[in-house]
Amino acid sequence: MKRMSLLQVTEVSYSYNFKMPLKSKNRSENVLQDISFSIEEGSCLGLLGTSGAGKSTLGKVILGIQRPQQGQVLFQGHDIYNADKMTKRKWRRNLQAVFQDSYSSVNPRMTAESIISEPLENYEKLTLTEKRKAVIFLLERVGLSEKDLKKYPHQFSGGQLQRINIARAIALKPMLIVLDESVSSLDRVTQSLILELLNELKADFGLSYLFITHDIKAAFSISDHLGVLEKGELIECYDSKAQFFESKHPAVKRMRDSILAEHPRHRSLTV
Amino acid sequence: METKEQYILRVKDLHVKVKTKEGLSTLVQDINFGVKKGRVTGLVGESGSGKTVTSMSILQLFDQNKMDVQGSITLNGRELSRLKNKEMREIRGKDIAFIMQNPMNAFTPVFTIGHQFVETIKSHTPLKKKQAKALAIDMMESVNLPNPDKLLKNYPFQLSGGMLQRVMIAMAACLQPSIIIADEPTTALDLHNQLLVLRLLNKIRSQYGTSILLISHDLGVIAEMADDVIVMKQGRIVESANVFDLFDHPKHEYTKKLLRIRPTLHPKQQPMLDLAKA
Repeated sequence: MKRMSLLQVTEVSYSYNFKMPLKSKNRSENVLQDISFSIEEGSCLGLLGTSGAGKSTLGKVILGIQRPQQGQVLFQGHDIYNADKMTKRKWRRNLQAVFQDSYSSVNPRMTAESIISEPLENYEKLTLTEKRKAVIFLLERVGLSEKDLKKYPHQFSGGQLQRINIARAIALKPMLIVLDESVSSLDRVTQSLILELLNELKADFGLSYLFITHDIKAAFSISDHLGVLEKGELIECYDSKAQFFESKHPAVKRMRDSILAEHPRHRSLTV
Repeated sequence: METKEQYILRVKDLHVKVKTKEGLSTLVQDINFGVKKGRVTGLVGESGSGKTVTSMSILQLFDQNKMDVQGSITLNGRELSRLKNKEMREIRGKDIAFIMQNPMNAFTPVFTIGHQFVETIKSHTPLKKKQAKALAIDMMESVNLPNPDKLLKNYPFQLSGGMLQRVMIAMAACLQPSIIIADEPTTALDLHNQLLVLRLLNKIRSQYGTSILLISHDLGVIAEMADDVIVMKQGRIVESANVFDLFDHPKHEYTKKLLRIRPTLHPKQQPMLDLAKA
């Protein structure tokens, strides 16, 4: 028997409908068309695309936030849009997300401790001391310390708060984390540190990632497989990163050409 | 004296402190650098290292009541730090142009782009409205924006971020300033637009001989654009060198770290280190 993929997306299409003022017809815009791919356990799929390609919509469809008009999203073999309450509760636990804007992902009136312990309260029956211990473990795991327990979001920098978001996401030891532009608003130094943390966590907890980004270099440093999304279509998928450089697709070529040099000797811009 | 004169912009012993309830707190200190004519000087550092504070003090944009700015800033040999507000306003936009990180916030949402473009030109030159508009259209064409006539009638929110940033560069370049300060000009843009904007800055530099102070945390942008590089950390300059020297023989530990940990397409060269503790 073929091993079941952790996440199986089959022929998903999604369109946004607009009510046009003073017109009887609704306008609809296709954002995703016939997207199919799968993610195996313990692997990371990097999803590349320019702005407006439909990357974030795809992320939301997979997280169960937006129901696609067509197609199926199977998580651990269960259709997430047609599941009973108990199954839903189960996949919600195993499917977590970290978004781009760390400040808007948390409640500004909650402390770091209550932010991280929220998923624990929902799914685990822990005593107060056990919970405190779990939160401290998570904080330390993402490179923060016990001192940060009582701090509020505004007391953290963007990178630190993103670490807290990651701690919250891994609190329940999920199977899959959707990382939607999670490192894009951070500076390069912080970005590398977070990417490194994500790589470590992946090895430690056997996590799988869907890494959505427009940043090719970031995708390369974390993904095992790559996919390129262009105008709502998954135009190419690569099992290895080398294939990205061999592709002849014009959109991929354009992407490749806009990668900046790593050394001034290899400049593409000339005076 | 001769060595001094080749600098368009010279910053000497810049020291910026902010007044807080607990007293003065230092933001940047001992900043010394110069920007030569027609050269691109890159300013690198992580967030909070004082890159933007430095650029804001060059433009004298800080409120003297809240900030304590010391040191000398000279533009073409003219001392800026003692100028009156009115004199400074003549320099901003004309001699020093500023390109911000987020083009969406840099325009007023209530006026059309054309209105804002023409206003900038009119406030610095004796040109009439018609001439100013013609100049604006000319500039928009030179930055490869399609249908400049139509675009000028649009409001900022009708354009994409990449297009707005190009309009902003056109505005910055149209008065042929001696120096353009570009503060993270491509951070908010996707890769393709980033390349377009960088190409444009390069074109302006070679066409008009404009000097550029390019602020970025992305070493890729620096590698593509800069001639000289200044590395900042926690409000101080830790290293300044020619771009080739910096990439080939970084001297300071921090520069080495920056080069080591940046994301790359060839991960094998990159030893994984425990940097979270550093």
